[in-house]
Amino acid sequence: MSILVNKDSKIVVQGITGNEGMFHARQCIAYGTKVVAGVTPGKGGSKMDEVPVFNTVDEAVKATGANVSLIFVPPPFAADAIMEATDAGIALVVCITEGIPTLDMLKVKAFMKGKKTRMIGPNCPGIITPDQAKVGIMPGFIHKAGTIGVISRSGTLTYEAVAQLTERGLGQSTCIGIGGDPIIGSQFIDLLALFEADPDTEAVVMIGEIGGSAEEQAAQFVADHMSKPVIGFIAGQTAPPGRRMGHAGAIIAGGKGTADEKMAAMRKAGIHVVKSPADIGETVVKALGR
Amino acid sequence: MKIHEYQAKALLQEAGVQVPRGVPVFDLSQVEAAVNELGGGTVVVKAQIHAGGRGKGGGVKVVNGLAEAEKVAGEIFGMQLVTHQTGPEGKKVKRLLIEEGMTIKKEYYFGIVVDRASECPVIMASTEGGMEIEKVAAETPEKIIKEFIDPALGLRPFQATKIAYGLGFEGKVVRQASTLFMNLYKLFEAQDCAMVEINPLVETADGRVLALDAKINFDENALYRHKESWTGLRDLDEEEPLEVEASKFGLNYIKLDGEVGCMVNGAGLAMATMDIIKLAGAEPANFLDVGGAANAESVANAFRIILSDPNVKAVLVNIFGGIVRCDRIASGIIEATKMVDVTVPLVVRLEGTNAEEASKILAESGIDMIVARGLADAATKVVASFK
Repeated sequence: MSILVNKDSKIVVQGITGNEGMFHARQCIAYGTKVVAGVTPGKGGSKMDEVPVFNTVDEAVKATGANVSLIFVPPPFAADAIMEATDAGIALVVCITEGIPTLDMLKVKAFMKGKKTRMIGPNCPGIITPDQAKVGIMPGFIHKAGTIGVISRSGTLTYEAVAQLTERGLGQSTCIGIGGDPIIGSQFIDLLALFEADPDTEAVVMIGEIGGSAEEQAAQFVADHMSKPVIGFIAGQTAPPGRRMGHAGAIIAGGKGTADEKMAAMRKAGIHVVKSPADIGETVVKALGR
Repeated sequence: MKIHEYQAKALLQEAGVQVPRGVPVFDLSQVEAAVNELGGGTVVVKAQIHAGGRGKGGGVKVVNGLAEAEKVAGEIFGMQLVTHQTGPEGKKVKRLLIEEGMTIKKEYYFGIVVDRASECPVIMASTEGGMEIEKVAAETPEKIIKEFIDPALGLRPFQATKIAYGLGFEGKVVRQASTLFMNLYKLFEAQDCAMVEINPLVETADGRVLALDAKINFDENALYRHKESWTGLRDLDEEEPLEVEASKFGLNYIKLDGEVGCMVNGAGLAMATMDIIKLAGAEPANFLDVGGAANAESVANAFRIILSDPNVKAVLVNIFGGIVRCDRIASGIIEATKMVDVTVPLVVRLEGTNAEEASKILAESGIDMIVARGLADAATKVVASFK
């Protein structure tokens, strides 16, 4: 099994006729993902390769039964695109777009409150259930189907961790990049709960970074609710305070959000904390007693 | 993005928030006109740099009359102002703000930021004006009033009134204070601020409420909405020259104090690379996210920027090739070394699609570089290369 996406997920790609949208939609299709529709206002009725394009998400959902949306819409229009997908009743929205203004995201979150749509991202690589569905921009071939769940705030660092797992014969149930922005759709705790409930996930790797307190909340959740082993790494142990380290959310503000604090909270919660990013795969092997 | 106090105050005034009368000064010859415009008497000379703690560092002085103003302005202008936020080297003062003096009855703190945990803007206000809010939060958290704002509705008048009474304002001043809070929130939203901080907010002896100091940071993601106004507010003198240069090429570079330059694709992996350099026994010289493309041109620009830092003794290139194939990146690196003379040891680690072929291409290129496999190997090799 897996969480959130599988071989039956039907994907609609918002922004499918743009450069990025088209390139990555093709990559997803090549991986075997069911991309059933695209949306670009004004291009309804046309096709991107074999994929029908619609003017609105609502039309796409009604015509194809799409239940997952993958968004490549540029920052000025991305917040609206997320709300449109939510309004159309899409179950899972995955927003890749980087650079959405924070105040726009706050309005999106307020809009989504009480609605059944779940969001992953923005500013993330997306989500993949190996051999079933790739809904994002990650390189598919580094993944291998298996029993390790991966949750990360980063892109390429997630690939690094996944490659270390695959190299050691450890496949993944589902891998999710939750995004590097300060305001995101799903937090570690939301997804840890899903992995805990997934009978085919044996252990979870969580990759955090400096800034905010999501890792501390996750640590508390692990202590209270997780029976499965959790392996954690925090990027930015050497990051200076007060500087945004590439990601909008990666900043030590007012002395809070340091890697040390986060690692201490995680250790206290019984998480297997990895000091070196080179040891993520090896630590999972040990945590599983293999 | 940070702006100066005098710029923030101009925005406040436009938004209907009272501030002391003041004149920005960019050259000492302008001091006389500024003081005269304010009517002489008591004025405040304030250093304008992008860092807090200016008063304690000696960058803010109250003076009497033109002669003293000119003397003190002469001392502050051009000084290396050291505060707890500038680092030990301090920041050179190139602009001043000269303001009218006033008799203060009471000082307060008022700030608006985005609260990540509750996912909404939050107002923090306190009667402990002039103190750092982090310090108040740590020592006397009960003295901080927090008001969470619905991002869709904005600050409601009852909330502004609640804060005004909560701070102890009385009589006619309550209305003045709550109107000021409403205006500040409107500014926060209209200008896409990441932070608005008024510390102190003051009530004067003659019953006025105004912003004695002002700090505004913008959310850079919203630049496309404010291109014209924000571009004029940016002061490149306050930024690290190498960082400004890097941003012209779309590179995300942050200068640090170590000796190992690094070039990485992706922010998370770039931070992790810094971390593993430290674990291997050296210090990173920079953070650099070269982005998704990592082609010859971007790599060459990155080399040039990393090598302009004289502290750099070796360079580590760490790229995880996903959609972009490693063999292409390898060719890009080889091209780049032809464009830029890399004068220090170079360690390259490529992982991902076609990594094997890439290692071969690099090894056979005849260019002097050390090829590494795996993160740990790369870190060990780069540290060994100069120690």
